[in-house]
Amino acid sequence: MRRTALLAAAILLAPALTACGADDEDTTLHVYAAASLTSTFEQVAAVFEEEHDGVDVELSFAGSSDLVSSIREGADADVLASADLATMDEITADGLEAGDPVDFATNTLQIVVPPGNPAGITGFADLAGTDVKLVICAPEVPCGAATRKISENTGVTLSPVSQEQSVADVLGKVTSGEADAGLVYVTDVIAAGDEVEGIELPEAADVVNTYPIVALADSGQDDLAQEFVDLVLGASGQEILAGAGFAPAP
Amino acid sequence: MTTRARTTGLPGWIFVPATLGAVFVLLPLVAIIARVDWANFVPLITSESSRAALWLSLRTSTVSTVLCVLLGVPMAVVLARTEFRGQGVLRSLVLLPLVLPPVVGGLALLYTFGRRGLLGETFSAWGIEIAFSAAAVVMAQTFVSMPFLVVSLEGALRTAGERYEVVAATLGAGPTTVFRRVTLPLVLPGLLSGAVLAFARALGEFGATVTFAGSLQGTTQTLPSLIYQQRVTDPDAAVALALVLVVVAVVVIGFARQGRGSTR
Amino acid sequence: MSLEVSARVVERGVDLSFSVGTGETVAILGPNGAGKSTVLSVLAGLLRPDEGRVVLDGRPLTEVGGGRAAVDVPPHRRGIALLAQDPLLFPHLSALDNVAFGPRSGGASRSESREQASGWLERVAVGHLGDRRPSRLSGGQAQRVAVARALAARPDLLLLDEPMAALDVDVRPALRHTLREVLAERTTVVVTHDVLDALLLADRVVVVEDGTVVEDGASADVLARPRSAFAARLAGLNLLAGRWDDGAVRLGAGAVVQGRVVGPAPAPGDSVLAVFRPTAVSIYREPPHGSPRNVLDTTVTHVEPRGDLIRIRSDLISADVTAQAAAELALVPGDRVVLSVKATEVSVYLH
Repeated sequence: MRRTALLAAAILLAPALTACGADDEDTTLHVYAAASLTSTFEQVAAVFEEEHDGVDVELSFAGSSDLVSSIREGADADVLASADLATMDEITADGLEAGDPVDFATNTLQIVVPPGNPAGITGFADLAGTDVKLVICAPEVPCGAATRKISENTGVTLSPVSQEQSVADVLGKVTSGEADAGLVYVTDVIAAGDEVEGIELPEAADVVNTYPIVALADSGQDDLAQEFVDLVLGASGQEILAGAGFAPAP
Repeated sequence: MTTRARTTGLPGWIFVPATLGAVFVLLPLVAIIARVDWANFVPLITSESSRAALWLSLRTSTVSTVLCVLLGVPMAVVLARTEFRGQGVLRSLVLLPLVLPPVVGGLALLYTFGRRGLLGETFSAWGIEIAFSAAAVVMAQTFVSMPFLVVSLEGALRTAGERYEVVAATLGAGPTTVFRRVTLPLVLPGLLSGAVLAFARALGEFGATVTFAGSLQGTTQTLPSLIYQQRVTDPDAAVALALVLVVVAVVVIGFARQGRGSTR
Repeated sequence: MSLEVSARVVERGVDLSFSVGTGETVAILGPNGAGKSTVLSVLAGLLRPDEGRVVLDGRPLTEVGGGRAAVDVPPHRRGIALLAQDPLLFPHLSALDNVAFGPRSGGASRSESREQASGWLERVAVGHLGDRRPSRLSGGQAQRVAVARALAARPDLLLLDEPMAALDVDVRPALRHTLREVLAERTTVVVTHDVLDALLLADRVVVVEDGTVVEDGASADVLARPRSAFAARLAGLNLLAGRWDDGAVRLGAGAVVQGRVVGPAPAPGDSVLAVFRPTAVSIYREPPHGSPRNVLDTTVTHVEPRGDLIRIRSDLISADVTAQAAAELALVPGDRVVLSVKATEVSVYLH
């Protein structure tokens, strides 16, 4: 009995132990990326693994602010790709970066509506009325900050029915038809496919969301981390990003 | 009495995992308290958004507890006192929200009462819009907390048995009188603890609420939604609000315990 | 007849019928599992028989035939109150409110029902306990309150299911006395194990065995001249069944018992019973010589004290002997013995 219990404990703990210890066989690169980068970074990681034999890229996707707080709490991350400059500033403020962050893509907001656009939205001004059920990001998250900025620039006061925690939550309310309109990134509209329709938002051109990437100081695999950053900035990385609707960084 | 009956046959080793378990549950609470920024505690929890969220949470949780009692008590009675084909399946389904991820519950509500949902279209035609309203919050809370009341009450009903009800019937009491004057009073402690559990669950409900009702200060932003929103940008506020939530829950549970003790 | 019952409950192997006159108290006696409680459940409307009828004061309460229920009055409209061996007082109500429950359910006002309730509590001698919660009543007090509660509902028929079985032996006589008073002139069916209940409370006894009525008669008659093994055991008598043959009772095994014929004279071949008291039986290791006695060869099954005597039970009958005699014989279960009883001690009557 006692022996089997010990054995069971050993089996359960084994993966955790090997993950902690030095692993000569395979090298794992931990990349933390903003949720909006999910599909593109999966492709980039695949390319990276192909180019680097024996390297395993582990991706963690979440809201940029969540990523930053876990890195500040000591998470084991080699690379961080964030969805806005403000969150990256928190990393540099704590001196957690290995080199200077580099902008690698930009993204702008678009109006997203359910297929067929039942509320007949044509532009930003249409979002102001209380008869339109508008869902936006909360001002605490990057897409919400961008939304607020457009609102300030245009002088159009929005009266949303809900302020969501993430782009995904906004999209969810629009695809389900619960909301008449939402404000999300161009890339999100493209990723959502037929579930939604996007409406061009010229006012958003002035409120560009810039995506910076950086290798992290505590990495211990500085070279490999930097190579990943270079891949994102290089031709193949940029091609993948462009395919998803991202604009190149200026 | 100063002498206490000695517990017989409890193996000594059992205190080790028991203590570990208690520490595992209590330590995170201690950690939260340790993180509280006491200097700014009062301003943090009395900010406009905090007060709005707390007030909304208390209001909606109270209403959903009332709804749980109104609908859950009859449900528990039917489950405990009748036998019909498919009852076991029905019970499992009714209790599903206990194990369902709350977000899934929120989606299910959306597909039912949402604008394009099963019933939502009819409601829309009548001019009733549920989504993004406090009513949606109440529905989400009721959905997830009802099983707590049903489970606890059904257990109490089964423990109480039907013998008193049979006696009451032979004394000439009709079914409604029996229900009101015998069944309900007998299971009152179980009903009370079920209602408290439901209230506490409603107070902490987040996933289904955010999915179904959204989050807007004063209308649908409950305390847990606010904590979730603040946790990154203003962790101090989030921690302070979390402590408020913990205190409210502890007070409610303690209050119910006491009430229960005095009825015994 | 005030109450007429006939019921067949296949699952419990019950198929019986009997009746109770207005104001009469009938005791249903029988071994465990004979179907006594099933009968009460059918009467109270808690169990629907597969076939049967319950008619109370001309009002049909149950009429089931061919699997269909033509009439099935719910328990609360039957006017039948049930008192079980467990008092089952509502724990959340005071003794007074427990008793007031029936009148209240019957539509009386709160004060009126309390007034009635306190009258009933007086009648069962616990008028001073009205304010108490059931948890603060002794077993005997609680059962008295339960009696008052059942009576306060003014039932047309009262059912008692072993009302004293759960009580201490020393409080039973007083409660039995109270019951005897309040049950007078009241139509009642009481299920019991206790011969005293049958003698003191009931006018008539119905003995149920294996789901059917095996005896039905005035309490004193049944106990004096039992026709069933159960009634004989209750009355503390030995009972042997056989056929009348050549002026004696011929038992199945071939043995013959002589006795005094009581009542109508049996004809040869008639089914008859021989009944005698255990104290009339003598025990021998060897067959006795001399006077012609009734002699039975048998095996001892139990040896147990009974008052100041020792009861020797055998395959056939029991014998009560003095402790001294038992010691001399040194009997243990399994011993072969010869039992004898004088013919003058044996009553013989038609089955």
